[in-house]
Amino acid sequence: MNLVLDIAWTHVRSRSRQTFVAVAGVATGVGFSVMMASLMVGSQEDFMRQLINSLPHITVSDEQRQPNRQPAETLYTTAEIHGLTPEARRKGIKNPLAIVASLESWLPGAVTPSVQSKGILRYASREVAVTITGIDPHRESRVSLLVTQMRQGALTSLFRTSNAIILGDRLAETIGARVGSNITIQSSSGGAINAQVVGTFHSGVRPVDERNAYVLVKTGQILERQTGLVNELRIRVNDAMAARDVARRVEQETGYKSVSWQEAHEDILNTFVLRNVIMYTVVGAILLVASFGTYNIISTITHEKARDIAIMKSLGLGELTVRTIFVIEALIIGAGGALAGFALGYLLCLGLGSIEIKSPFMDSNYLPLIYSPWHYLIAATVALLSSLVAGYAPARKAASLHPVEIIRGAT
Amino acid sequence: MIVGKRSLIEARDVTRILPGIVPTTLVRDIDLAIFENEFVAITGPSGSGKSSLLYLLGLLDMPTSGEVLINGKATAHMEESERAAIRLSTLGFVFQFHFLLPEFTICENVMLPMRALGQLSRGAMRERAEMLLSSLGLADHLQKRPDQLSGGQRQRVAVARALANDPAVILADEPTGSLDSVSSEQVFKILDDVVHSHGKTVVAVTHDLDLAARMERRVHLVDGSILTDERRALHPLT
Repeated sequence: MNLVLDIAWTHVRSRSRQTFVAVAGVATGVGFSVMMASLMVGSQEDFMRQLINSLPHITVSDEQRQPNRQPAETLYTTAEIHGLTPEARRKGIKNPLAIVASLESWLPGAVTPSVQSKGILRYASREVAVTITGIDPHRESRVSLLVTQMRQGALTSLFRTSNAIILGDRLAETIGARVGSNITIQSSSGGAINAQVVGTFHSGVRPVDERNAYVLVKTGQILERQTGLVNELRIRVNDAMAARDVARRVEQETGYKSVSWQEAHEDILNTFVLRNVIMYTVVGAILLVASFGTYNIISTITHEKARDIAIMKSLGLGELTVRTIFVIEALIIGAGGALAGFALGYLLCLGLGSIEIKSPFMDSNYLPLIYSPWHYLIAATVALLSSLVAGYAPARKAASLHPVEIIRGAT
Repeated sequence: MIVGKRSLIEARDVTRILPGIVPTTLVRDIDLAIFENEFVAITGPSGSGKSSLLYLLGLLDMPTSGEVLINGKATAHMEESERAAIRLSTLGFVFQFHFLLPEFTICENVMLPMRALGQLSRGAMRERAEMLLSSLGLADHLQKRPDQLSGGQRQRVAVARALANDPAVILADEPTGSLDSVSSEQVFKILDDVVHSHGKTVVAVTHDLDLAARMERRVHLVDGSILTDERRALHPLT
């Protein structure tokens, strides 16, 4: 073994109890960092997956971001006009099939037209405000995972009766409806129908399961009292993370408001950013505290080894060599702590992952954990860097010791 | 000047003052040349600057003024790493206390300077360490740690370590100061053998005048200055 490594290894090995405490400190830091990252990122990804899967990636509605300029505003540009009522426009997306064909020519994904209504759902004296989406069951699987989220019945059950409806499972539960129940739907546009429940779905996102229902496009048009109406295009892109860019282009091409899932849930994503800042701060703090342990032991060793340092320097070992010895000692502690921390972190994740949790906010009965080598790598890198910093100061001090002062003091 | 001999270490007008509120002069205006194959005693009362002079000659300390030359080369403006390299290859140190690294075996302790110099293979280092220790009567203790040896044995290990890199000069600071009379005699004989059988130079600080009287040259210090520099008539002086 190299002389420097040999001396460093001998020092840390000869102080097994202190070394163990320092290594345990770093290991605890690394282990809990790995566990926290695994839990935080796991829950975040689980939530995002459900969020992405429960809804189309992009929704194009028959609205525009900027309201149309009033004719009077266009005609009299210098006059200030007050009290104008916005121009009444016919609902729906104009030439939806042409737009769909145009989008399909370049869109990296699939698009389907649909009809969206807001309305009240009545059953057994219970009333719930819901969003009803008119869909084409044959095309639906291209834009959402609804077909796989069916709990009762199937999407094609919508064809079974003239006014069939599929409810979110929590919505069905709220109003007490079951498959076969006949319910009344009153839309905000004034349309009212009696519909039969032919299935339920479960997306895992509570607001969706509590407030959404699906009917055929034709039924949606009846509710909106407008034949041939398409007021929404729903898009699923191959790369969900690219939805924001695709939505921007769709909006440029169609002129209609195009909202990506990221924009729709911006508040949640901002919360995740904040959550990650908190997580990395806590993880950093844990590892910082662990590095104090490393600083402590390296300081102790250099203090105890002052005489040995003097001897090594009198024999002809240079300052750099002496400094390297103690920096390596810190790195040995950091590396040992990181390796032990890997095991601890993995065991903590296994332990947490095996705990059964009944939560009204989650589908899974187990905590969503993610096993990523990056978590281990980042924690180990931070542990090694903090050990390096913690070891450098006492190592530098040790290397600058004047051998004569120590030899004089010892004799 | 000794005919046919070259100076290994030379102090020219060396003064060392410890800074402080009241500066302390350790040695003053020292002019001293140490030649090859000499056994030199530095004597003097306590606080006379014996050890300080030795540390200056061994490049462990830097003079406040004047300079120390090693093999004719001035060291005043050398980097610490250069001085360390000279200590490693040219000088060997023995202190009053053995100062062995307690976690290493005595064989590993002797190998330490060789490993730092890095000129020999691992096997050759071990062979030389074992040879040195055997020649000092420690063949049966190679794998023992310093705390398993007596004081005299430890000091012999320190001598072996000082000889490890085959230096031209051994600088010994009270090498027998902490030993009983039997061990002192053993260590003295070893140092004497180093000079007369191995052709090395030994400079030993000692307060033991009897021991000093048996050495060929005695430099006596008082209050940081050389009072006398005597030689037994073994060499023709000019």
